[in-house]
Amino acid sequence: MSTPIDAELEIERYELREAPLYHFEPDRRDFLRTLGAGLLVVALVDREASEADAQPRGGRRGGFGGESVPQDVGAWIHIGDDGRIEVSTGKAEVGQNIRTSLAQAVAEELRVPVGSIRMVMADTARTPYDRGTFGSRTTPTMSPQLRRAAAAAREALVDLAAERWKVDRAELTVAEGSVVRKGTNQSIRFRELTEGRSLTRTVSESASITPADQWKVSGHPTPKVDGHAFVTGAHIYASDVRRPGMWYAKVLRSPTYHATLTSVDLSAAKAMTDVVAVRDGDFVAVAARSERQAEQAIAAIRAEWKPGPSISEKTLFDDLKRPGGQQPPERAGRGGNRGNQVGLGEASGSIAEGMRAADFRFEQTYTIAYIAHAPLEPRAAVAEWTEGKLTVWTGTQRPFGVREELMRAFRLPEDRVRVIVPDTGSGYGGKHSGEAAVEAARIAREVGRAVKLVWTREEEFTRAYFRPAGVIEVRAGVRKDGTITAWEFHNHNSGPSGLECPYRTAEKRVAFHASNSPLRQGSYRALASTANHFARESQIDELARAIGMDPLTFRLKNLTDDRMRAVLEAAAKTFGWGRKAGSDRGVGIAVGSEKGGYIATCAEVAIDRSTGRVQVVRAVSAFDCGAVVNPTHLENQVEGALIQGLGGALSEAIAFDDGKIQNPKFSKYRVPRFRDTPEIEVVLIDRKDQPSAGAGETPIVAIAPAVGSAIFDATGVRPRSMPMRPKV
Amino acid sequence: MPDPHELKINGKAVRVEVDRDRMLLGVLREDLGLTGTKYGCGEGRCGACTVLIDGQPARSCRTKIGAVGSREVTTIEGLSTGGVLHPLQRAFLEADALQCGYCTSGMIVAASALLRRNPDPSREEIVEFLDGNICRCGTYQRIIRAIRVAAELRKEAAR
Repeated sequence: MSTPIDAELEIERYELREAPLYHFEPDRRDFLRTLGAGLLVVALVDREASEADAQPRGGRRGGFGGESVPQDVGAWIHIGDDGRIEVSTGKAEVGQNIRTSLAQAVAEELRVPVGSIRMVMADTARTPYDRGTFGSRTTPTMSPQLRRAAAAAREALVDLAAERWKVDRAELTVAEGSVVRKGTNQSIRFRELTEGRSLTRTVSESASITPADQWKVSGHPTPKVDGHAFVTGAHIYASDVRRPGMWYAKVLRSPTYHATLTSVDLSAAKAMTDVVAVRDGDFVAVAARSERQAEQAIAAIRAEWKPGPSISEKTLFDDLKRPGGQQPPERAGRGGNRGNQVGLGEASGSIAEGMRAADFRFEQTYTIAYIAHAPLEPRAAVAEWTEGKLTVWTGTQRPFGVREELMRAFRLPEDRVRVIVPDTGSGYGGKHSGEAAVEAARIAREVGRAVKLVWTREEEFTRAYFRPAGVIEVRAGVRKDGTITAWEFHNHNSGPSGLECPYRTAEKRVAFHASNSPLRQGSYRALASTANHFARESQIDELARAIGMDPLTFRLKNLTDDRMRAVLEAAAKTFGWGRKAGSDRGVGIAVGSEKGGYIATCAEVAIDRSTGRVQVVRAVSAFDCGAVVNPTHLENQVEGALIQGLGGALSEAIAFDDGKIQNPKFSKYRVPRFRDTPEIEVVLIDRKDQPSAGAGETPIVAIAPAVGSAIFDATGVRPRSMPMRPKV
Repeated sequence: MPDPHELKINGKAVRVEVDRDRMLLGVLREDLGLTGTKYGCGEGRCGACTVLIDGQPARSCRTKIGAVGSREVTTIEGLSTGGVLHPLQRAFLEADALQCGYCTSGMIVAASALLRRNPDPSREEIVEFLDGNICRCGTYQRIIRAIRVAAELRKEAAR
């Protein structure tokens, strides 16, 4: 596997990562002072290891100049003498249910009920630095850190009890928030053991934790920890935050995509009562006592814009294949084209030779449209300045990244900016950046009171970044006996994730070619893996059909990875693969892996020949992400990923022409709805012998190619574009 | 110009002074602090802002305050009574029918109107009724299950 290269590339291109201008270490004692008496266990992460893993802090900026601390705080657990157990992590909850799964991990090791744990998350003033919640990293990296801290806390509490009772610690055990002396009724609550002292322990990466086959809390269904607040409407999202005297903001947006402001007249807006208007470069915004007044004020502003280049989707796929792409002029020379061409996997021998050895040869092109994340909660922020300090409540996957954006924008040191992320109305990779936070803070500074900015749906569709569009060119050859003799795979622009071909092939070459995107692009759940899996699995299916071999048999013949074979077989078995579909119906199968997880999906489609509409009537996904942490929430993720994947597969595409996004609303951009929902079955393969991998992303990658092959099965026409709009 | 409006929200009489063409959604969230009802699209195409008006589901982002009059408005905050969850709220928790939860208020409020009209809806009837409500996390299958669980809970309660 080429994970290190892969991770590097994705960060470079897709995580919208820029090194901060400066960074300093706040005094840890200061950071933790507010915690009060009790036992504090700090989980340290080895900086070198974590840089190799996920490149924290300054990225390529280099060292910290004389810094002697080799380890960073990753998370901490505090057991207060008031009985509260507080767990602090910089990770953000965006619907993936890590608030629950991380609490399970701590509860497991501390031997306390999940409900007794309070998770403090994604607050730059109250949680340790974290690079961001993406890349399926929470479960494989944050969860073990918290487990180690909780296990160390448990052992420290046993030590305290042994000392107090003057007994051997082997006589003691821990249960239900107490240390208990075995065979007696002697027990003492955790909170009583610290006796008003503030005790601190640190725990390193080497500490031992409970193996998955002995889990009693993890591995079992645990309800969403604060589910009650969500079903009663009580949960306060960033867009629901209200502050005393708060005003509402609107930002003036250009009518076209890359326009620059040439002149603006704010006088009509400024003449309104209880309205403040500001211009700062191209940024024009108003704030008013009510959202309604803000809308009226923004509408009263007269502005002239110089349109940008007339970008259009008409020539997109030709442009993306050309070096230089369809580049907006202001981005020229800004390094959008770093790492121009990357080959992954072995360039073994000659593709031409492999093609000569084939009985059937193919050269196909697949295209991938831009799509939007369209999180149901749009970007939103409430910004408040108090005595030169800035506090921002916002929905983001990168609280510390947004803090850096704010530090840069307002030239503030770290201790003057606080970013608080309430559990967010989803992100799907779309909320890595802090536009709304910066905009709200800019106008709030002008108004001198708290200001709320909630992007409209149209702003979400036009101002956020998109999943990259792409062109994928495949050359492949196959012999009648099912041997793949050549595999050449070029991805233009959409990305290198999932580029590798897991099938045994005689000659192989895969490459990613960066291009210049006319639209702003960035992370999306599973990155380019969805695009690359679509093209690869569609092509594999075509090879199988060409030689008259069953697509499942063909895959099993050429796959070497046992876990991939296992999910494929599990999905096929539950689906009942091998039965012939009825008329105007078809079945398809696809398999893949990403972020340490393995997914196979089977789909059955029904085609309406009068309208061309494709209805996925049934889908089965088999998923292996190592040891299962929470089967209910995992099933929910797998189902959700499948549904979200159906959007990109069948209906979603950003339309742009004349320099404008043409479909910036839900009435023109169809996301999956109830009507599109197939009967879904999920098969979880619980590998207690394998580390738990993150599960939010991987299950999205196999549905599109499974549907594509099912459409082929029904119609005889192979879809080669996402979204697929078969002509029937 | 702002006019006084006497509204009935969640069983209580409420007086607000707002323009008559302001949308109900903004008045609920901004003026009354009832933030359980969400903004999702502003064009009535996602259902996040669903409330009941005289028991009928309505898109509060497209409903002008002047058109509400003295009719009874029910929001997600008004569904549970005296701290007891509505059967749908219990069922959504039981079926784990949410991820980020942002669509949940609108889903539950819309589904409550469905159950009032049809105490035992089939999958097809649920799909038909709720097709205007978007869940971007894709929990539709679980929401369908939750509504059927709630229907059972209500039947049990009626016995």
